[in-house]
Formats: sequence, structure tokens, C-alpha cells
Amino acid sequence: MTDAIVLEQVGKVYDGVTVLEPASLSIARGQFVALVGGSGAGKTTLLKTINGLVAPDGGRVLIDGAATTDLDGPTLRRGIGYVFQEVGLFPHLTVAENVAIVPTLLDWDAATIAARTGELLDLVALPREVATRRPAALSGGQRQRVGVARALAARPAILLMDEPFGALDPVTRAVLSDDVRRLHDQLHLTTVMVTHDIAEAVLLADRIVVMHQGQIVADDTPRALLAGHPDPAVEALMQAPRRQAARMREIAGE
Amino acid sequence: MNSGLLSLLPERLAWHVVLSAAALGLGLLIALPLGVLAARSPRLRWPSLALAGLVQTIPSLALLALFYPLLLLLSNLAKGALGHGFSALGFLPSLLALTLYSMLPILRNTVTGLTGVDPAVVEAARGVGMTDRQRLWRVELPLAAPVIMAGVRTAAVWTIGAATLSTPVGQTSLGDYIFSGLQTENWAMVLTGCVASAVLALVVDQLLGLIERGTERRDRRLWGAGLLGLAVGLAAAVAPLAGDLAPRPARYVIGAKNFSEQYILAELMADRLESKGAQVTRKINLGSAVAYRALAAGEIDAYVDYSGTLWANVLGRKDNPGRAAVLDGLRTELKRRDGVVLLAPLGFENAYALAMRRDRAQALGIRTLADLAAKAPQLTMGGDLEFFSRPEWTSVETTYGLRFKARRQFQPTFMYRALGSGEADVISAFSSDGRIAADDLVVLGDPKGALPPYDAVLLIAPGRAEDRRLRAALAGLDGAITVEAMRAANYSVDRDADKRSPAEAARALDKGFGDGARAGDTHSFRGLASTATVIGRVCVPVRITPRPATPEWSVRASQPPAPRWS
Repeated sequence: MTDAIVLEQVGKVYDGVTVLEPASLSIARGQFVALVGGSGAGKTTLLKTINGLVAPDGGRVLIDGAATTDLDGPTLRRGIGYVFQEVGLFPHLTVAENVAIVPTLLDWDAATIAARTGELLDLVALPREVATRRPAALSGGQRQRVGVARALAARPAILLMDEPFGALDPVTRAVLSDDVRRLHDQLHLTTVMVTHDIAEAVLLADRIVVMHQGQIVADDTPRALLAGHPDPAVEALMQAPRRQAARMREIAGE
Repeated sequence: MNSGLLSLLPERLAWHVVLSAAALGLGLLIALPLGVLAARSPRLRWPSLALAGLVQTIPSLALLALFYPLLLLLSNLAKGALGHGFSALGFLPSLLALTLYSMLPILRNTVTGLTGVDPAVVEAARGVGMTDRQRLWRVELPLAAPVIMAGVRTAAVWTIGAATLSTPVGQTSLGDYIFSGLQTENWAMVLTGCVASAVLALVVDQLLGLIERGTERRDRRLWGAGLLGLAVGLAAAVAPLAGDLAPRPARYVIGAKNFSEQYILAELMADRLESKGAQVTRKINLGSAVAYRALAAGEIDAYVDYSGTLWANVLGRKDNPGRAAVLDGLRTELKRRDGVVLLAPLGFENAYALAMRRDRAQALGIRTLADLAAKAPQLTMGGDLEFFSRPEWTSVETTYGLRFKARRQFQPTFMYRALGSGEADVISAFSSDGRIAADDLVVLGDPKGALPPYDAVLLIAPGRAEDRRLRAALAGLDGAITVEAMRAANYSVDRDADKRSPAEAARALDKGFGDGARAGDTHSFRGLASTATVIGRVCVPVRITPRPATPEWSVRASQPPAPRWS
């Protein structure tokens, strides 16, 4: 079976600074992949090459076996769900209009859009009465739920998320991340999520890709990475969840 | 008199609204797309904002004035290339200057509004698959709309205010009240113009404010109401002009420069044409240089100018061969060069002259410019806005070696006031000004003949040279107006109490001619000899413009100046 996402020697240089060393990565359908690493590791750049928000300097990106360069950017992006770090809801549109934006751009008919909008609000566990509100009238967690609903509106097979829970309080964060994992399984999505929170990556993802200074330094299951890795940068990263887990057990008195 | 004032309001307001709305609309049409481009390209942003800012630093009156010669040049080029030109006077230069003027606030706010959109929202727009165009229309413009609307409001208020300045380039506007009122010291008139344009600006500002709040709160009803209000207001204000668009019988355009005498003479000509059943449009408050060019280009059909002005400014002559020779030279040269017909000298002079209060002149023992030269270092000279840059001043200054303590410029109305209050000791007066007699001023003698003659002459546009109705209407004006009659008419308009409108003064003046003066009406062109006779007859009492120096002059100059106007 063709992999959902394939990156072949994809690299990016900004103003003479290499942000992303040529990297290759294959993601099978249905996988939940976390891209982790410190600030400036190149994980967001790598994520954006997938939907063409960043045009790579070299290499190519294949979605379901087709090179993205064969599609124009807007068409490519309408087929891929994208959840933003700062949510990025359109403040002048209602919740319903925000959720319906991609179907609108795809020229769905009004009745189909209305039905889909209601369905999506249910899916992300939002009450239907928020539909007519503007984003400013919602809580941070509700806003990110709208963001997820907007990303899923046109039934994409791939969901990209750029630090989706970064700005949320820990309780909301835990609930929302569980919901995202549930949606991933329920809708048979292929999900790529950027996060700097290793614990979150370990808990949610099937596979963790660790980046450091523009390079992929590790790529394995959470279990394998927790067990140990020769690269000191990866080890340093994995120390945190390991220590947290140990400390939790200690406190719980096991 | 107020009802008379307000009777012109609908037309002036209508033109003011049409002009401002057209300029604002055009400004929006240019500045909005330019702002969008500038917001997207930093390379374009700096130069476009700098250029718009530069335009803003040009005083609006100067901007309007600059467009006239520019358009005239273009019109002549068009005439050469396409066979017909366009009117460089009035609406077009006003529209273009005001459009340029309205652009900066719209451009600046469009750029500010668009670049100020949250980058996360812009990224989201790209991320959900919007094209550049969709992003602009669906996200960026709606989000920037309140800021852009604030710019449009500023532009609207500026444009409506600056539109009053379109009067001197021949566009009817509320400025007609202000310019005419200032000139004739009719403060009620000035106030009418100010209040009308201020109220207009306020109303438009409020309606645009409604739209601004509507876009801010995304309230369709609010901005809809604002738009509706603007549309209804525009239609109502413009309605009085609707009749003007219908075809009408032959139309004449009578021009006037920006002072009382010109208003009166224009009314006199217009009145005569109208009594012959013609439709007449008045273009008043034209700039001095604008008026002649407008006539030569056929944009006005007739107006009154002065021989010395035409001699120096139009023909560029610096010599002074004497009154008759100047008139004769003008008649042939203007015809040859521009096809302009010098129909008739009206019989009086409105010459530049230096004047003082009688008591002050007597105290200082000043009767002539030669006497003045000796006392000048203790005195302040007041000039109207153009006097010090005119060749007459250079001529007087060098001929008599005048060195004043100080020089000050005034709007003419305030110049006379300055003489009264002592802010100026000597002023540049006009010999036909009613205030000379009324304020008890003396006009200083010019024994060396430094000041050229300024016979008032009636000029006809090339295209109207053979127009029978115009000729018949203006017949009999040849040599018909004495300087006393003109002064009296001017004063009746300029005085503080019992003011007359220029139209009333014109009717009184026309009545005063008597039938004899109109007898020879078909002979507009007269020979040199008869012209000289007429001028001699009419102007003897004035004698402020000297002939070339002869021994006779020293005698005259030594006489007390009183008989000259008493």
C-alpha cells in the first residue's frame, strides 16, 4: 500500500541559514506521528512542506503517491486538514462560517454545508448553539475545538497539527488531546503533529520523529525511544518524560 | 439679502457635492488597489506612501493652480493629435487635484489596515487553501475595513474642505461664497460658505462613521444605513443640477477675476446677454493668469482685463510706450497670437497705484513717489498678494529707489484695514477702488512714469469673435464707464453698511450710462485716434498713470493730489 505521506530529500534554506537539512520520511496511512524537538529544530518547517505552506528548496513531497508539485497550493491545502498553533480562526466570521470555510471554498451547496457543520460541532463535542457566535466569545479550549472542526470539515485523509494545544491549560489540554486521538482512530486519519511536549508525544503518537538543528536524529515508537537512544540530543529530550514518570510512581508510592 | 445669498446655495452645494464625491470616488478607486499592492510589496510601499505624502505637503490651492496649465498643455496636445481638446478649466483640474489630495489617507490606512491583520489569521487563510485573491476578499479586506473606512472619513473631510478652493480655477463650489465674501467684505457670505461646507463635511463624516462602525461590528444594517444615507444625500444634493444636463439654447460663459469690480462687470455683461434671451454661466474668482488662458482656450467667452496686465503678463513686454500704443499693440498682438478680440476699452483705468492716508501723507509731506523715496526707510509697505512679484513693483522700486523699512502682504480687504490701523503706511491700491474716496486716501503721483497704463478692456474669445448676439449685447460699453462710476459701483459692493450685491451694482451702473453712450454700438473696433479720444475724455480726472516724463509732469506732480478724484 502506498504511504500517505512521503518526503524525499526535502530541505529548506532561509536567507543562507539551513532550517531543514535534506530529510526523508515515509508515513503510512493511519499513523499518528509526533514531530518533536526544541525551538528552531525545523519541525514546523518540515510539517509545512507537507501541505506546501513552505516550498522546499530541493527534493519532493508525495501525497498518496502523487507529487505535490503537480497540484497548485490552494487545491493541495483544501485536501489536507491543518490545525494552527495560534488557532487562527477568522475573527470576522461566526463559528459556523469558520468551520465551513473549506467546504465553501470547494463550492459545496449550502444545505450540505449546514448539515456538515452541525455534524462537526457534535464531533468535536461543542454545543450547537455556539455556531452563531464569533470566536472572540469562546474559551481557548472551545476555540481550538473549532479549529479542529474546521480542519476536518472537508473530510481530509490527512490531518496536520502545529502545536495545537500549546496555549491551553493542562486540564483542557488533556481532554482535547484525548479527543484528537479518538478522532484520529474513528476517522482513520493520518496525523502529523508538531509538539515540544515530549510527554504529550509519548502519550498520543504511534511514532515519534525527533529533530535537532534541522535534522531528523531519531524516528521510532515511543516505547523504543523511552528505552534509550545513542544520540545525546534525543536522550536529553527523552529524559524529561522518563523522569516525570518515575517521579509520579514514587509519589503514588508504588 | 440673505434670501439672495441662499438662492445660489442649491447650485453651489450641488457642484460642491458632485466634485467632492467624484474626487473621493476616484481617490478610492486608485488608492485602494494601490494600497493593496503596497501592502503586499514592501518595495512599492515606500515610494507610493512617500509620493502621496509629498502631494499632501503641496498647499491645496497651489495643487489646484498647477493642474490648470498642465491640463491646458494636455488639451492642446490632444487638439493637435485628435482634433479636439477638452476644458482645462473648472471641473477637471479641481477633480484631479482633489483626487490626488484624497489619496494619502486612504492609501496609508489601507496599507496599515492590511499589514496589521494578525499573521496567524493570514497563515490560517493560506492553510485552509485560500488563493491570494480569496484571502484578500474573504479575510484581509474585511478585517482591515474599519481602518480603511477611517482613512476614507479623513479623506472625505479633507476633500470637502479643499473643494472650496476650486473656485479660483473656475469650478462653482461653496468656495464661491468664501472668495466673493472675502473680497467684498461680506462676512455673512463668507460665513454661509464656511457653515455650508462644514455642515456638509460633518454629515458625510457621520454617515461614513456609521459605515465604519458597521464594518467594525460586522453589522450589515449599520453600514447599510450609512450607505443608504450617502446615496440619498448625494441624489438630493445633485438634483438641482439635473436640469442643467438638458439641452438649452446657446450658452455663454462670462468670466471674472477675484475682485468686486470684476464681479460687477461680469454681472453687467451677463445681465445684458440674458436680456437678449441667452443662457449665461458665470465663472467668477478666476486667478489672474487663469482668466486669459481660459478665454484664449474658449472656456470662457468674455471677461474684462486690464491693458497693463495683458501687456506685461501675456505679451511679456517690459517697456511702456504710453497708453494708446499699449492698447493698439494689444489689439493687434492678441488677435494675431491667440485670436482674442479686444472688443473695447471700457473707459476707466484700474491701475496699480501707491496710496496713503491723506493725513499721514500730508504730515510727511509726501505727494509723489519721488517724495516717498526719501521717507520710505521709516515706512512699511503693504502689498496685495501678487504686487511684490509683479513687474510694476520692480519698476517703481528701481525707478524711484524705494527702500522700505518693511514689506507685508495682505489679502486686499485686509490691506485697506492695515492702512487704517497703521500696520502699513503705504499700500498698493487700485485706482478704481471705491475705498480710495471712502477711506480718504491719496494716490501718489508717478512723475517718472514707472507704472504702466491699466485701461479696463473687454476681451472676447476667438470662437465668439463673430457672435452677433454677444456683440449686440456688449455694444455701447466702449468708453462708457467713468472711473467715478466704477468707484461708486465698487464701493456700493465693498462698503460695510447698505451693501449691494454685484448684480445690483451692475444694474445701477448700466442704468447710469445714458443712451448717448450706447449710440455707436456696432463699432466695436475703433481706430487709434478715437480710442485715444475716449480714453482722454474719461480718464482726465484720474491721472494717476503718468505719461513719459516731460517737464509738464513736474508741474502736475507738484499739484496737490486732491483734484484727481474730488
